[in-house]
Amino acid sequence: MNLDPKIPDGPLEKKWTTAKANYKLVNPANRRKYSVIVVGSGLAGGGAAAALGEQGYNVKCFCFQDSPRRAHSIAAQGGINAAKNYQNDGDSVYRLFYDTIKGGDYRSREGNVYRLAEVSTSIIDQCVAQGVPFAREYGGMLDNRSFGGAQVSRTFYARGQTGQQLLLGVYQSLSRQIGLGQVKMYNRHEMLDVVLVNGVAKGIITRNMVNGKIERWAADAVVIASGGYSTVFFLSTNAAGTNVSAAWRAHKRGAGFANPCFTQIHPTCIPQEGEHQSKLTLMSESLRNDGRVWAPKKKEDCGKNPKDIPEEDRDYFLERKYPSFGNLAPRDISSRAAKEVCDEGRGVGPVVAGERRGVYLDFRDAIQRLGRKTIEARYGNLFDMYENITGENAYERPMRIYPAPHYTMGGLWVDYNLMTSITGLFAAGEANFSDHGANRLGASALMQGLADGFFVLPYTLGNYLGSIPPGEAGKIDINDPAFADAENAVKESVGKLVSIKGKTSPRSLHTALGKIMWNKVGMARSKESLTSAIDEIRALRERFWNDVLIPGGGDELNIELERAGRVADHLEFAELLCFDALDRNESCGGHFRVEHQTEDGEAVRHDDQYANVSVWEFTGVGNKPKKHVEPLNFENIKLAVRSYK
Amino acid sequence: MSEKSLNLNLRVWRQKNADAPGKFVTYKLDNISPDSSFLEMLDLLNEQLIDSGEEPVAFDHDCREGICGSCSLTINGIPHGKGRMMTTCQLHMRSFENGETITIEPFRAQPFPVIRDLVVNREPFDKIMQAGGFIDQRIGSAQDANALPISKETADKAMDAAACIGCGACVAACPNASAMLFTGAKMSQLNLLPQGQPERYKRAINMVDAMDANGFGNCTNIGECEAACPKGISLDFIAMMNRDYAVAKVKRFFSGAA
Repeated sequence: MNLDPKIPDGPLEKKWTTAKANYKLVNPANRRKYSVIVVGSGLAGGGAAAALGEQGYNVKCFCFQDSPRRAHSIAAQGGINAAKNYQNDGDSVYRLFYDTIKGGDYRSREGNVYRLAEVSTSIIDQCVAQGVPFAREYGGMLDNRSFGGAQVSRTFYARGQTGQQLLLGVYQSLSRQIGLGQVKMYNRHEMLDVVLVNGVAKGIITRNMVNGKIERWAADAVVIASGGYSTVFFLSTNAAGTNVSAAWRAHKRGAGFANPCFTQIHPTCIPQEGEHQSKLTLMSESLRNDGRVWAPKKKEDCGKNPKDIPEEDRDYFLERKYPSFGNLAPRDISSRAAKEVCDEGRGVGPVVAGERRGVYLDFRDAIQRLGRKTIEARYGNLFDMYENITGENAYERPMRIYPAPHYTMGGLWVDYNLMTSITGLFAAGEANFSDHGANRLGASALMQGLADGFFVLPYTLGNYLGSIPPGEAGKIDINDPAFADAENAVKESVGKLVSIKGKTSPRSLHTALGKIMWNKVGMARSKESLTSAIDEIRALRERFWNDVLIPGGGDELNIELERAGRVADHLEFAELLCFDALDRNESCGGHFRVEHQTEDGEAVRHDDQYANVSVWEFTGVGNKPKKHVEPLNFENIKLAVRSYK
Repeated sequence: MSEKSLNLNLRVWRQKNADAPGKFVTYKLDNISPDSSFLEMLDLLNEQLIDSGEEPVAFDHDCREGICGSCSLTINGIPHGKGRMMTTCQLHMRSFENGETITIEPFRAQPFPVIRDLVVNREPFDKIMQAGGFIDQRIGSAQDANALPISKETADKAMDAAACIGCGACVAACPNASAMLFTGAKMSQLNLLPQGQPERYKRAINMVDAMDANGFGNCTNIGECEAACPKGISLDFIAMMNRDYAVAKVKRFFSGAA
């Protein structure tokens, strides 16, 4: 596996300029001869499709939803970072770069992250020009707020729905290109395989989700922008349809998968209410500015009305364990502390699978101190949302919160040009691994999606296409045996799934996988938990292939077949995640190995062994994957311990 | 947390595909937690159907937090059900009674044909957007974002329009299957902003024409759309669209292009 990161030489701030100056170009008159396939229509995929269409390439874009406007980027609430320094508070490209590297616990590439910070300012310009209604000050200038992990106000936002507004901006650019005929959009199509001709990505196989038709599509290059894999935990803050399938199937064709164990768990989510819950809802972390986190000291108090638990029987565990940070302890620390309390049997809320999973986030003191009006003004919409979901009034009764999987930093390995280890196959947005290291900072996911889609791929993909002579462009034959083989394999696997006719629904198997992953590979991992998780995943996978029940056939709209295909991929991918977590003998960012912590429970990194990227090569289902290593060279930033005390 | 569980009778629209005839089928579903969401209740119905060897009910859904606009059910005759300012996925079972019969249909509108069961085709919305729901602006060529001050009032108003999630409840609620609330919101967001001025009138004509061409009806000022809208999009945006369209037509007439 070739893992040359292809980072341009020269000083940090010159790398992207140098790269752009050296990239090959395709003559505008020749661009229509070239074709590109984009899988996914979120900020990264939709942005790339629109930008490449605008440049004159023939683009085909595929999404599984009924419209590109539904991609999961839409759900992001908080905002998007950019080093504009409009607040005159000392921000700069370098500072955003530094914060991102440090926030990622020193596990990302300097070159990529610097470029991200560099293009962040253009993203805001672009979004405003295309009509994104960002929040403004009375003077007409753009407003900013501050966000976790930064000492400056660099976050741009559009009420509590920044992701929606940015995605709609992308969708509008994409719609323009679709209307012009530069992009062909295929809704309700799921990518089921990548086609390699002589080892180079030249197309994909899809299933039309309305009529079940399996189809071949050829192109000069393929972009995977299919998002992250948090749904491997079943319950997460992600949309129900998000999945690992496109990335996983690319991996099975030879694309390296990097750092799958880097997953982010968000501390302030609404807890699970019952066994049959389908997703967890995130509430803004800002609530911890005024709410106090506690759990009962005594187990027997857990079922009581919190009002009846006297002050001396309450354990404000974050304030107790982390006196200086208190309720504002970082995400990973807060999440783990809540889990520990619940594991001790001191959780609150409904009993789910024999355990109460929740801790209180109490505004009583804040309401006494500031008045209900102030709290309403600050968090009114969040309290309303909480009441709508739980039926409880958080002004009267403390909120219940619990951590939930939220984002995945790992993904398909890519070089500086966002090309995977397969020539001609690119990966963008959350689907790649490149920019967030072991932990992502708030308001940086939208930034990366748009950077990749609008500002990086249009150059790097053009460079790749420029290496294909115009005479060979668009000359891929879908009758090539490689397409036939891939199509047959897909048909076989769909046929196999519908013919099992066992007894267990795909959803209940997904739930079972989620339980294994959450309990053994969630917030705290150990050699023991990971080893047993691998055994359990293998057993569950076997059960899946013997006992899954999919009513109906493959040639119709079949929601259970769609789900089963995704669960099948998760069942293979989950094992890789465990192997990676087992192999990384350190704690860093979202990856916490209980063997590697200080006496106070803080993460202990081992930079001497693991200041690198673990890239995994597929060796067959059920086989141990082969590990490759890309060393990380820190030329500008000195590695340091993140301290929270 | 609510304690009592619900036993329900569900009258669900079943339709094998776009060409097949559809009908209501009634299912009994017991022991539903009042804290579960409407879609989680349907998940449980599907688990029950799968267990008994029947085909599950197909419905669109994704984010399950009211922002993606995928979910699209008409519940007891009301698009997204009786909750004010919320989508089906935000509706919770505690607003139903034990023993209640709930009628669940797809969004009904001629331009949104049923694909299967509760799934409809809303691509005509995409077509309206492709006709003019954008600003012609080359990616990467923008000036500095703060070079163009926009008053807070204008930005807020544009944001009110931009909050539309494109679910189609407005069309399903309208007796004329009109898409004017959707189109009005999308057009007004851009026509309110200075960036949208150069193409303001061209946009008005192109989007309205696309709306008509895709089979949506006209507006007769009933207001059901606003009442059904999970994001509370105001009828004012229809008025704004009508004004822009009228001005566009007059301009076109005097320029001799009519």
